[in-house]
Amino acid sequence: MQPAAVEKVDRYLAGRARWGALEYVFWLLALASIWHGYFHLPERYLILTEIAWLGLFALSLDLILGYAGIISLGHAAFFGLGSYVAALLAKHGIINEPVLALVVAGLAAAVLGFATSFLVLRGSDLARLMVTLGIALIMREIANQIPEVTGGADGLQGVTIAPILGTFAFDIFGHVAYTYCLIVLFVLFLLARRIVHSPFGLSLRAVKGNPLRSSLVGIAVDRRLVAIYTVAAFYAGVAGALLAQTTAFASLDVFSFERSADLLLVLIIGGTGYLYGGLIGAVAFKLIQDSLATFDPQYWQYWIGLLLVFLVLFGRIYGAIIAALIFAVARWLQLSFFECALIMLAIGLGYGHIQKGLKLLDGAIARLVGHARSATPMLAHRKP
Amino acid sequence: MLTILFDGVAYGMLLFVLACGLSVTLGLMNFVNLAHGAFAMAGGYITLVLVNRAGLPFFAGLAIAFLVTALIGALFERTLYVHVYNKNHLDQVLFTIGLVFMSIAAVDYVMGSQQVFIRIPDALQGRFELFGIGIGRYRLLIIVVCGLLTVALQLILSGTRFGSRLRASVDDARVARGLGINVNGVFALTFAFGSGLAGLGGALGAEILGLDPTFPLKYMVYFLIVVTVGGSSSIIGPFLAALLIGIADVAGKYYVPKFGAFVIYTIMIVLLIIRPQGLFARAAGR
Repeated sequence: MQPAAVEKVDRYLAGRARWGALEYVFWLLALASIWHGYFHLPERYLILTEIAWLGLFALSLDLILGYAGIISLGHAAFFGLGSYVAALLAKHGIINEPVLALVVAGLAAAVLGFATSFLVLRGSDLARLMVTLGIALIMREIANQIPEVTGGADGLQGVTIAPILGTFAFDIFGHVAYTYCLIVLFVLFLLARRIVHSPFGLSLRAVKGNPLRSSLVGIAVDRRLVAIYTVAAFYAGVAGALLAQTTAFASLDVFSFERSADLLLVLIIGGTGYLYGGLIGAVAFKLIQDSLATFDPQYWQYWIGLLLVFLVLFGRIYGAIIAALIFAVARWLQLSFFECALIMLAIGLGYGHIQKGLKLLDGAIARLVGHARSATPMLAHRKP
Repeated sequence: MLTILFDGVAYGMLLFVLACGLSVTLGLMNFVNLAHGAFAMAGGYITLVLVNRAGLPFFAGLAIAFLVTALIGALFERTLYVHVYNKNHLDQVLFTIGLVFMSIAAVDYVMGSQQVFIRIPDALQGRFELFGIGIGRYRLLIIVVCGLLTVALQLILSGTRFGSRLRASVDDARVARGLGINVNGVFALTFAFGSGLAGLGGALGAEILGLDPTFPLKYMVYFLIVVTVGGSSSIIGPFLAALLIGIADVAGKYYVPKFGAFVIYTIMIVLLIIRPQGLFARAAGR
């Protein structure tokens, strides 16, 4: 390659790795949420903390799904292992300091991730789905079968978490817990950002694009995948440990299939392959779940399912809008689940027409945005 | 010992009837349908309503369950599934998980969350001894029904014009299309038939597998194991895989109850490592 071309590529990559304005805004908002919660919404801390570890968990899945193209239906295996390790370390007083325990829990999950990555590498998407699912189920079975260690189906109770770094004790409102989760999330996010913008991260994207071609240009495909899978397992383990430490509890639920499935939904809502997808998805998912649970405490899963169906059928934005519309109409007219399913089928029947309509709408929006661009000189020179 | 083998065979046959529809979906359209268990659950609950509440005879309930589930399958295939065939695997997984969630909540809402049992005729209850083997009557019925179905399926696949069209489409959908076979039509019919079989299996299996709203999630793994291990190139592959898994599961739960559930998952993972394409698959033609 010409030196000038190399320089150009360098500059392009450096530009991509630079922090954008929106990113600063995102993290400033996250920082602000600590203070905001402290003064105004102490009762929202629980959900904020959940968003923080769910965001980290989704970030972990994004690393393998968004950057390496590995579909996993069993990511809860690592989450659960991290969760149990952290809870057990604290319960038996082996490692009292939470941050250290967090790292150990993450490493335990990473070991499992490394060991199982060789199984995941083999085969097609379907085989991967099956193997990851199988591993999560085996982990759940193990936890279920050794109740003297894990507490079995009752969960691991009687866990007390020592103060962080020996000074910051977890308070009853969850102020410390949220701050702690957010800091861990931020640190690990920085690390992930560094990883995906490194040559290693770029080679992963190449592998995702076309494994055969990338091996032809000299990328060790298998080794790259093993490495990122292990790193993702570490992240998931840390997320699980955060859950265990902030709730002082671990139960079989951490390995459940629903957890892995919900995680996929989180990432799909937020979008894959740009790191913020998991975080934004976690916020959106928790808000959706929370509001659905207040509307329909027993059957909110139905609406989550409906949302999934429409997200796939009509894309992320229109799908969400249509699902929300159906939800609103169903509440307004007091429709039963059966009638909602019929509406869904009817929409499926008119799929072609609706798609055509949405394309027209897309065109109209693009033209409007174009007009706005040319009308404002500041934006005019920037390409969309 | 032989009793366990017998129970295992019954269980395996049941799994086969439940899962063979899925094997066609996967082999023919390369479509990952995690919601297959939802059709089985539908069949189970339809029979429950017909037999327990309306007082229909058991076998009539089974037949109606098959027909109604096949209709529901056809309806869903034509309206919803058809738009998802050419999306990627991730989208397919999400879509079908969505359907599973919806079905669980809806059944929970209509029928309640507790486990239910279909009333089976007295003649089918109890067990008798034959050459020292304890044979449960109901399990014998399952083996007979499922065995007949398997033979019928094999005959349809190998002997009829539709069967050869289906086999051609599974082997190579593009070439089959080029030869003027209406692959989508073949597929719709097969999907409906497979859903019907799942419904029948769900109704038959309610006694052994139990029936509650979480059924599609609980047995999803088993169906997928049958299909991935058996491969989708023939009907024999999934059949043998189902038998193997049925026997292994029953024997595992009997001899090493502490590790009962491990046996099946371990078998699956080991088999997938040795034969990623499935136990009986030929080298992929695509």
